Amino acid sequence: MSLRIVVCVKYVPDATGDRQFTEDLTVNRDDVDGLLSELDEYAVEQALQIADEADDAEITVLTVGPEDAKDALRKALSMGADKAIHVEDDDLHGSDVMATSLVLAKAIEKAGYDLVITGMASTDGTMGVLPAILAERLGVPQVTLLSEVKVEDGVVTGRRDGDTASEQLQASLPALVSVTDQSGEARYPSFKGIMAAKKKPVESWDLEELEIESDEVGLEGSWTAVDSATQRPARTAGTIVKDEGEGGKSLAEFLAGQKFI
Amino acid sequence: MAEVLVYVDHVDGAVRKPTLELLTLARRIGEPVAVALGAGAEATAAVLAEHGAVKVLTADAPEFSDYLVVPKVDALQAAYDAVSPAAVLLPSSAENKEIGARLAVRIGSGIITDATDLEAGDEGPVATQAAFAASFSTKSRVSKGTPVITVKPNSAPVEAAPAAGTVEALAVTFGALATGTKVTSRTPRESTGRPELTEAAIVVSGGRGVNGAENFHIIEALADSLGAAVGASRAAVDAGWYPHSNQVGQTGKSVSPQLYIASGISGAIQHRAGMQTSKTIVAINKDAEAPIFDLVDYGVVGDLFAVVPQLTDEIKARKG
Ligand SMILES: Cc1cc2nc3c(=O)[nH]c(=O)nc-3n(C[C@H](O)[C@H](O)[C@H](O)COP(=O)(O)OP(=O)(O)OC[C@H]3O[C@@H](n4cnc5c(N)ncnc54)[C@H](O)[C@@H]3O)c2cc1C
Ligand SMILES: Cc1cc2nc3c(=O)[nH]c(=O)nc-3n(C[C@H](O)[C@H](O)[C@H](O)COP(=O)(O)OP(=O)(O)OC[C@H]3O[C@@H](n4cnc5c(N)ncnc54)[C@H](O)[C@@H]3O)c2cc1C
Repeated sequence: MSLRIVVCVKYVPDATGDRQFTEDLTVNRDDVDGLLSELDEYAVEQALQIADEADDAEITVLTVGPEDAKDALRKALSMGADKAIHVEDDDLHGSDVMATSLVLAKAIEKAGYDLVITGMASTDGTMGVLPAILAERLGVPQVTLLSEVKVEDGVVTGRRDGDTASEQLQASLPALVSVTDQSGEARYPSFKGIMAAKKKPVESWDLEELEIESDEVGLEGSWTAVDSATQRPARTAGTIVKDEGEGGKSLAEFLAGQKFI
Repeated sequence: MAEVLVYVDHVDGAVRKPTLELLTLARRIGEPVAVALGAGAEATAAVLAEHGAVKVLTADAPEFSDYLVVPKVDALQAAYDAVSPAAVLLPSSAENKEIGARLAVRIGSGIITDATDLEAGDEGPVATQAAFAASFSTKSRVSKGTPVITVKPNSAPVEAAPAAGTVEALAVTFGALATGTKVTSRTPRESTGRPELTEAAIVVSGGRGVNGAENFHIIEALADSLGAAVGASRAAVDAGWYPHSNQVGQTGKSVSPQLYIASGISGAIQHRAGMQTSKTIVAINKDAEAPIFDLVDYGVVGDLFAVVPQLTDEIKARKG
């Protein structure tokens, strides 16, 4: 029996670029290159390792995003995923986490799954809540923020390093897993992988196919509203001194002046 | 006045500071009703009352510790149903964000995470958030349902505001999903005796420049002279020099202390994402071109192995 794994991956603006908001206070995607969120590479990697251990498994990568988001899918396919689904619709522009999770949940159900794997957080919105919301919407156990994960005989186990304790978790499939960047380096696509990815199927679905009304998503259908976004003024240049033997003392003087000592 | 649910973070009855800060913010938008779950829940009442809780709803059951997240969502939902609040507030932490998010879906509400400030507005509470590694500041609202908002530590002062703090037992029925994810074992983190990283007023961090686990005592000594928490960059953590639980940055902890001291840290965007909102920033780095210097109030270009011990000695001398 084949293990059906769906990996959710997000296409995000490069964090090292000059990220800005547009006039409608959504992310400006024109001026900064997009890429597969680096934290989702860890999700793809764990899917590949779980598939390797299974007798028979199929990995589908799924994204909700604009036309260019296909790049993120290609990257995941070149790492070794089997096929891809791209949910694309003009009405999706400006969707918040509730709207986005609704679309992902419908798409995951339509695709069919035993295991859903996501990253720990996107590198743009960085909310870190979408996995828990997806588990709630799908009605399956959430096994989230794992630094180690294993799937055996229909049971997923993993380690979650929390604030006050490290926990060992266990749940039966179907389940939703999110993995942290402690779960193991993601592989680089090989040349063979990149060539093979070009032939792998990428399906495109729109809202109609998922039986979602346009007023359930996008800026209008979202459950949160951004009223303003202002660039923080660059910090005014501070004092910088070169250490010529007294650097520690001058720093202490500064800290004392600020009443930290 | 409208009631506001405040989810309580506590360890066996000891309320953590971010919850007390949250009570300050909650009072701006209504009357705080606290929800404390698990062992020691009732012991939280006195301090919560002292800081403004008119009521403290408590529940304890083995489910809260034996299964992940969902039993706590069931309990918070029971509190929501009992109170019909104007907003639900939680201190931001990985687990609390998950609890708030699942509650939000269930009650048909939007969620805002990691707010750094909160004000009453005409259309409900307005939250300030830091976006894109804190290079932007946004103001947002929940436009559908009862606002669920998680707030970052160090976002408000702790203020005394005595209130009744009447303890009431909360009746919780666990749903079918509650026992979905079993916690099969738990290893508590060993206490270092230093302040909690996310709550500390001062954080002293070391990076790749510290050059080895055996050198981290230099960073720890400086931290101890200031009563500070110790942080580390991902490079230092990945090298195995310091535990991941001390990592500051996008995939580590997000800190917002009064004072942040970075030693041997270049200031990559992912590190900045976790510390850029610190009030005063100080750096020691031997490379005058390191991007961290763009952020600092005071920077020393020099070798940390010379500067940091001298600073520690000077602080100790001044403190007598
Ligand atoms: C600066 C900023 C602030 C925002 N603040 C809010 C807010 O307060 N409230 C709100 O409701 N929305 C907010 N949004 C919108 C929100 O980020 C998006 O709706 C997003 O798709 C879901 O949140 P996230 O990216 O933070 O996801 P996270 O919860 O951080 O993502 C976790 C994982 O979910 C998966 N995932 C996320 N998005 C997708 C996708 N589109 N396709 C496939 N997989 C995906 C990935 O595996 C990812 O690793 C904000 C966006 C930005 C840019
Ligand atoms: C998805 C993703 C998430 C990430 N999350 C995080 C995160 O949460 N936190 C984080 O920190 N990073 C994170 N990173 C990594 C980040 O990009 C940087 O690689 C990392 O912050 C670098 O750590 P560093 O500054 O210690 O090391 P380096 O960049 O190597 O800098 C070391 C600095 O030390 C200085 N130095 C060396 N010797 C001395 C000396 N004797 N005295 C004084 N100065 C000296 C050097 O001049 C240099 O500036 C993430 C990256 C990615 C892709």
